[in-house]
Amino acid sequence: MKHIISALVENKPGVLAHVAGMFAARAFNIDSLVVGRTEDPALSRMTIVVVGDDKVLEQVRKQLAKIISVVKIQDFANQHVVARDLMLISISALPEKKPEILSIIEMFKGKVVDIGQKFVMVEISGPEEKIEAFINVCRPYGVKNVARTGTIAMARQAKPGS
Amino acid sequence: MKSKPIPADSSSAKTPLKTGAQIIVDTLVEQGVDTLFGYLGGVVLPLFDKLYDGPIRIIIPRHEQGGCHMADAYARASGKVGVVIATSGPGACNLTTGLATAMMDSIPIVAITGQVRTELIGNDAFQEADTTGITRPVTKHNCIVKDVKDLARTIREAFYIASTGRQGPVLIDIPVDVEIAECRPDVSKKIDLPGYKLAGKGHTRQIENAAKAINNAQQPLLYVGGGVVSADAADELRQLADKANIPVTATLLGLGSYDQRKPHSLDMLGMHGAAYANYAVQECDLLIAVGARFDDRVTGKVKGFAPNAKIIHIDIDPASISKNVGVDIPLVGDSKKILPVLAQKLSHKERKDWLKKIAGWKAKYPFRYDNNAAAIKPQYVIEEICRQTRNQAIITTGVGQNQMWAAQFYKFTRPRQLLTSGGLGTMGYGLPAAVGAQIAMPEQTVIDIDGDSGFNMTMTELATAVQYKLPIKVAILNNGYMGMVRQWQELFYNKRYSASSLLNPDFANVADALGAKGISVRKKSNVPEAVKQMLEEKMPCVVDFKIVPEENVWPMVPAGKNIHEMNGLDILESLA
Repeated sequence: MKHIISALVENKPGVLAHVAGMFAARAFNIDSLVVGRTEDPALSRMTIVVVGDDKVLEQVRKQLAKIISVVKIQDFANQHVVARDLMLISISALPEKKPEILSIIEMFKGKVVDIGQKFVMVEISGPEEKIEAFINVCRPYGVKNVARTGTIAMARQAKPGS
Repeated sequence: MKSKPIPADSSSAKTPLKTGAQIIVDTLVEQGVDTLFGYLGGVVLPLFDKLYDGPIRIIIPRHEQGGCHMADAYARASGKVGVVIATSGPGACNLTTGLATAMMDSIPIVAITGQVRTELIGNDAFQEADTTGITRPVTKHNCIVKDVKDLARTIREAFYIASTGRQGPVLIDIPVDVEIAECRPDVSKKIDLPGYKLAGKGHTRQIENAAKAINNAQQPLLYVGGGVVSADAADELRQLADKANIPVTATLLGLGSYDQRKPHSLDMLGMHGAAYANYAVQECDLLIAVGARFDDRVTGKVKGFAPNAKIIHIDIDPASISKNVGVDIPLVGDSKKILPVLAQKLSHKERKDWLKKIAGWKAKYPFRYDNNAAAIKPQYVIEEICRQTRNQAIITTGVGQNQMWAAQFYKFTRPRQLLTSGGLGTMGYGLPAAVGAQIAMPEQTVIDIDGDSGFNMTMTELATAVQYKLPIKVAILNNGYMGMVRQWQELFYNKRYSASSLLNPDFANVADALGAKGISVRKKSNVPEAVKQMLEEKMPCVVDFKIVPEENVWPMVPAGKNIHEMNGLDILESLA
């Protein structure tokens, strides 16, 4: 099962190496890992997507918490969460296929960020399934290049239904 | 490199400017360091220059690995933080085995390494190594200090991290220009560790649950590890065990936390543990683990471990709970605080049947060996050492057969008495550990019970012992083999002794050449006299006991088996 774990870490050199090294040393599987600054310049946030059962995830959380420069851990399992990936994708687009491709992009609320004779580059964000679906739809036209950020996430503050 | 004075902020304007090297020395003194183990090198010259004038005693090992083991054993024997200093590159690399040893056994060490000048880092400079990169997996924490203003705080934090929670080694890498740079030192004694939280004194409701479980148990068993030693909780453990009338078995690192001469001691459990301890684990209805981590050498096949038992686990490290074996009642916190609170809620139970059953196993399968042969048996040497030291010596060991026999046949009476590399299993630990322990405990008898192969690995540290006139003793159980791997080759590889024997030097001559006392013992009848002579020696003394070459350690749980499925019980029975 996939879990999204969010870790607030000290914004210091070596922290990423501590975290990545721990995952490697303990043979945990990382699906994606995103690091970025937060509202507090002393802290960064790592969003880590990990694959494993409950026992593995319990160890992941505890071992992460043991790293001195990791300040706080949140596991978003069983929580209402907004999770998003960002992708840049370059698709083969021959002139006669362009209208068709552009309508697909619109359908997925993607944004054309670069366009040429035989290609379009698209920026698209959303839940991972949407990104995957978009890639699948584009595949018949020819996917030239993909760059993805991996998942970032935040718990919803409004209660569902409110 | 710039080394401009820094205006006072957290420091007092009145504080004079000091170099980084001076700040290191001052902060070590402030942290109570009176002895350190250090090997000089190019980029730590400024630091050693300041140490030259300081009050700290420097012990120079012959190799940085030895220095790190010395700091480790100094910490194990005294309960204080061990300090080791090494230069950049090869010096730092040589620390890694010692750091990994300390990490696996949760031993508090602060290691300081020099680094090349900040501007050269990453340029493959002379004697440059990525020290924080190399040591990250073998330290509790490490960091590089690039600003002299951070130096004092970082060193304080290192001592705090090393000595609190689940203890462990911390390494600080310091570029040489930071040693030379000046600032007004931070005298605030502040530490800034927002991500470092210590476990408390146990969840009140879980303590209630644990007390209820213990009071209801018919066949409870305490299984105690090195955590009891680091928490300094041996008295609290004894009081609990005595009050509730519960037998105690210990891991290798837990030996001594419960006096092995007491009737309720079931000695060591696990792969080469006592049959009665392993049977007790398998039959108990409640297992109370204290400061132990369910290591594979203890559990054997995890699924079949303590199959009838509810498990209570008291540990300071939340990550140790349910890591290998599922736990019913977790108690995260300091066992020194938890045990007395728990003990208060316990009542005395007779447990006649349970104790009788255990007494039966004890009578049937004690640790035994055949001492009728003419050759010297290793177990006999250890029993003789134990007898003549009246169970009071500090024992260090190598790894393998010598270590297991020491654990089986020396009966330990107090914590911090057996110093041994349990988790990592570092051959060569015994001799430098004896040096570190003797430095920490000058009044006590310190004996390294070693194997010939392990002694070969670090015997150069005998010169260190001679330099500081340390009366350490080394009892080499010399069977001419890497004994434990030879035992495995005998049992599992059809006696094909591939690469398991070395051509040894004459160890007594080596000892004499290094300025120590060397004794060779070939006859069994000479063992008591040789042990006596060894104990009376004022200089380091090496006794080379030529033991029977192919003796095995029994009992033995083969890898992957349940811990009641021991080999060698027939041998123990036949010796009755």
